Amino acid sequence: MKMFILTFLNGLTLAALYFLVASGFTLVFGLMRNVNLAHGSLYLLGGYIGYEAANQTHNWFLGVAAGTLAMAVAGVLLQVLVFRWLEGQELRQTLVTIGISIIAADLMLAVWSGNTYQFDPPAWLIGTTQLPIVLAHKSDGTPILLPYPTYRLFLLAAGLVIGVALWLFINKTRIGMMIRAGVDDRGMLDATGINVHVIFGIVFAIGAGLAGFAGVVGGTALSIAPGEDVRYLLASLVVVIVGGLGSVTGAALGALIIGLAEQFGLAYFPTYGIVLTFVIMVAALAFRPQGLMGKARL
Amino acid sequence: MTDITTPGSTLATPAEIPVSVVGHVIAAVLLLLFPALSSDFFTFQIGAYSLVMGTIALSLMLLAGYGGMVSLAQMSVAGLAGYMIAIFGTNSSGAGLGWPWFLAIPAALVIGTLLSTVVGLLAIRTEGIYTIVITLAIAMALYFFTQQNVEIFNGHSGFAGIAPPVLFGIDWRAPKPFYYLSLAVAALSYAAVLYASRTPFGLSVQAIRDNARRMEAIGYNVAAHRIATYALAGLIAALAGVLLVWFDGRISPGTISVDRAVKILIIAVVGGLRHPAGPFLGAILFVLLQNFAIDFVNPERFNTYIGVAFLIVVLTSPDGLLGLLGKLGNTANAAGAANKSLPES
Repeated sequence: MKMFILTFLNGLTLAALYFLVASGFTLVFGLMRNVNLAHGSLYLLGGYIGYEAANQTHNWFLGVAAGTLAMAVAGVLLQVLVFRWLEGQELRQTLVTIGISIIAADLMLAVWSGNTYQFDPPAWLIGTTQLPIVLAHKSDGTPILLPYPTYRLFLLAAGLVIGVALWLFINKTRIGMMIRAGVDDRGMLDATGINVHVIFGIVFAIGAGLAGFAGVVGGTALSIAPGEDVRYLLASLVVVIVGGLGSVTGAALGALIIGLAEQFGLAYFPTYGIVLTFVIMVAALAFRPQGLMGKARL
Repeated sequence: MTDITTPGSTLATPAEIPVSVVGHVIAAVLLLLFPALSSDFFTFQIGAYSLVMGTIALSLMLLAGYGGMVSLAQMSVAGLAGYMIAIFGTNSSGAGLGWPWFLAIPAALVIGTLLSTVVGLLAIRTEGIYTIVITLAIAMALYFFTQQNVEIFNGHSGFAGIAPPVLFGIDWRAPKPFYYLSLAVAALSYAAVLYASRTPFGLSVQAIRDNARRMEAIGYNVAAHRIATYALAGLIAALAGVLLVWFDGRISPGTISVDRAVKILIIAVVGGLRHPAGPFLGAILFVLLQNFAIDFVNPERFNTYIGVAFLIVVLTSPDGLLGLLGKLGNTANAAGAANKSLPES
């Protein structure tokens, strides 16, 4: 029972992390039809920059801010300098992102070498918190509560807060309305006099910033090392295939399914954990090719 | 789907970049004489390796160029066929089943083709840009699976000590025999792709690439054509995969890493996706760079240079080197472009 609860909680926190990474990926795709295969690189670079900043300033929150902002800027630059000139050419855009991810991975290896970096969150996030889940009772009747790493709870909360904030932003604000309109019909949005390129820039900044944010908070929970870019790209791909490309709600649902599946797979049948993830993806493709929350394309 | 293969330009039949009979003859003579004119190192490490990588890239060219389906799983298909050679045949890890070559090779080819067909079955559920996403996810999943699975794939270390059989008294891994073996497979695959592109089946596949809905409407089975293309591409990739595992002598998850899958894409795109000659051109360039870039630049940053070269080609010439050569040929020989021969080496 304890293992089950722990696996469930680990799955939830992993899902929160996957959601943070995948929501940016899916947001960018939804509006710009740009499959940004350099998204994993943004995650990793955000993590490295966050690490450096936190190391220099001895303030973890400044590290988070640095990683997030640096990647948001990088995202805007990518959009303005590269993707804007390839609009409507989906395959070329994707190929360009592949090229960028290769170069980025190699340059990051040059700067930060192949070492694994780990850094600590603020002291109050280290340690464990007793969850109100009773494992057993002592002989005198006092309950033994389940301890769980505080930082992972923080990660879960961060995922929830950002998820809700993103949902409110997209569904309740004016810019969010423009983004939704752009997802549905870009040409029409352009025709109403809205500067689509500004919207694109904003969305890319949010998407890339989220990847950078995830890089720092995820890197703190786990570690930062070469190869993590590919891992989180795969996670993003599977999450959005299951959830539906272009839908933030879909990304949340997909992240939940994949995060839980991965942790339960790891806990109960370790060698075939990746297969479970894959089977879910195949099942999603077979029964709902557009993803759980995706809209069928005409 | 329509603008997938040729963004920003009108779609063309393969005949638009003319590779004449003369060009083919010159290329064939050069390729046949190559081992006689060069050292064993060049024959094996450059010549044979280019042919093997080119053949894998050719399978991608078939899918992407004619079918409009960019699959990143072709390296996985080749890799799985290679794994099967190791598992069914003999390897130094002592884990091989020890089948004779005439059973192991067909089994590897069948399994490789099957994988590609299954990838096709999944990938055609969605269209266009989604294909790249799904095939990339499949390739990654297979990579992580081979890494974690010890019972079948021997996990991280994979298999070593895999060699082609000694037949007719020839050691097929010696530079010259292996070169000619690779050349035979490459030429056969090349001819098959070129021939297939001109059959009614190949023309239908290209028509489906250009307008799937119209083909569906006039009664073609779009899905079946696409899956068949995946199967054919799978067979070609599996053939090359068998050669690759013999070339390397070993196989591990690294063989089918995402890095490798992307490199196959780079080779095909840089060479050109319009004509089956493109992937081989790309492969020659890639292998030359890989071997000799060390002499000019820091070898540790090889990926950066490859990435930059790839970006430049993608951004400047949508048809790759073949497109550039075609343009050069057209300006140099404006009157008789059709007689242009293709510089192959």
